[in-house]
Amino acid sequence: MPNPFAGESFISIGDKTRDQLESIMDRAELMEKYRNKGTDAARGLLMGTLFFEPSTRTRLSFQAAMKRLGGDVIGFPSTEGTSVQKGETLADTVRTVSQYVNIIVMRHPSEGSAKLAASLLDIPVINGGDGSANHPTQTLLDLYTIRKELGRIDGHTIALAGDLRYSRTTRSLSRALCHYDVKLILNSPEQLRMKKDLLYELEERGLNPVVASDLEKSLDEADLVYATRIQKERFPNLAEYEKVAHAYEIDRDLLEKTGNPHLMHPLPRVTEINPDVDDLENSVFFEQAGNGVPVRMALISDLLDLEVG
Amino acid sequence: MNPEKKKMKITRIENGTAIDHIAPGSALKVLELLDLKDEKKNSITIAIRVDSNEMGKKDLLKIEDKFLTPTESAMIALISPDATINIIKSFEVTEKHPVELPEELTGIFDCSNPNCITNQEREPVESKFKVTDKDPLTVRCLYCDNLMEEEQITHQLIRSK
Ligand SMILES: [Zn+2]
Repeated sequence: MPNPFAGESFISIGDKTRDQLESIMDRAELMEKYRNKGTDAARGLLMGTLFFEPSTRTRLSFQAAMKRLGGDVIGFPSTEGTSVQKGETLADTVRTVSQYVNIIVMRHPSEGSAKLAASLLDIPVINGGDGSANHPTQTLLDLYTIRKELGRIDGHTIALAGDLRYSRTTRSLSRALCHYDVKLILNSPEQLRMKKDLLYELEERGLNPVVASDLEKSLDEADLVYATRIQKERFPNLAEYEKVAHAYEIDRDLLEKTGNPHLMHPLPRVTEINPDVDDLENSVFFEQAGNGVPVRMALISDLLDLEVG
Repeated sequence: MNPEKKKMKITRIENGTAIDHIAPGSALKVLELLDLKDEKKNSITIAIRVDSNEMGKKDLLKIEDKFLTPTESAMIALISPDATINIIKSFEVTEKHPVELPEELTGIFDCSNPNCITNQEREPVESKFKVTDKDPLTVRCLYCDNLMEEEQITHQLIRSK
């Protein structure tokens, strides 16, 4: 089968079909074999990781993926000490680095930055996060984790819990879930409800999410819960925040009472997940972060059209 | 007064453009957007809220020695989608067509999302929008996906000018 991603950039998840998402996940499954011992499929190839905004986990995960594929990585973890601080434009930075490498991963605080870079370059660009807009590999690894944990995505009940208003992760994941036959529960505090236009979009696309407030009931119904961080700065005062944060804490008691649904979280967590659940078999948030490696290996090999295995 | 006589109140122009059927009350906005640097030549006639057979009321602009650029035409379509353009040469209308809203709008106004890459100083990129709906007018930024509606677009058009 010809690889539709060869030579392309990967900027957003919204323009991908279900088949495309599934084909990357299938390839990620094949990569599991190499995620710990590596392969030499990308020998001699270089990836540039340009982090105009720091993100340790995303950067390390991409670097691990490229190195496991047998390639190597150059780049910067933040703009400190780089030509960006001297006032170089994004456009000039990526055009220069593209002369040295075969593929670029970038994270940048402005929305649309990765799309601009991709339009200027003739090598693939992977969006590692552009402002509050897109972080497509996070969504890919989230989907992959759901599929891996539940066997398949279709036919399950998935609850998103916490900040559904500002969290980029749940926004993007809920859109991707429109490709699947799932029951989606949106459980959030009143102040952090999903925005109306997104809710409307999900309904238009055939997903009929249930908006809920009772966390115990949602956990009881769900096969899998995706919790997100509730941020202090979203609240008018500390007391208000603490009240909500406390109500959204998932602990061992609550999980055992509600039939042990699978538990995911994009990390870092604050108080949403009590450490007393960490050793439960269904607590998969660290595995979820780990799944970033085979998923990114799969994506890199698709974009670079590598022969693996 | 018969309609013929009413028309006579508006000065004829020898060469230039008459923008007719402008949404009532929008002529000044349209005027603000046009490039009319040539103070000697560009004499302008404005009619605001005059009677119109088709629209009840309308605005009308006649500008001597002015021919619209495609960008200007698109800007008028954004503010007043029913406007018609009459090109006049030697007192005769030689061409008449409705304004047309292109499917994509490039570099006409700024994205309203301050964090959009197209708003970052010195980056070599023009704003670019796709028209997603004509009624009510809605456009989507092709870089940051920001949706903008009529009021915001008009605001940005005048700001970006
Ligand atoms: Zn924008």
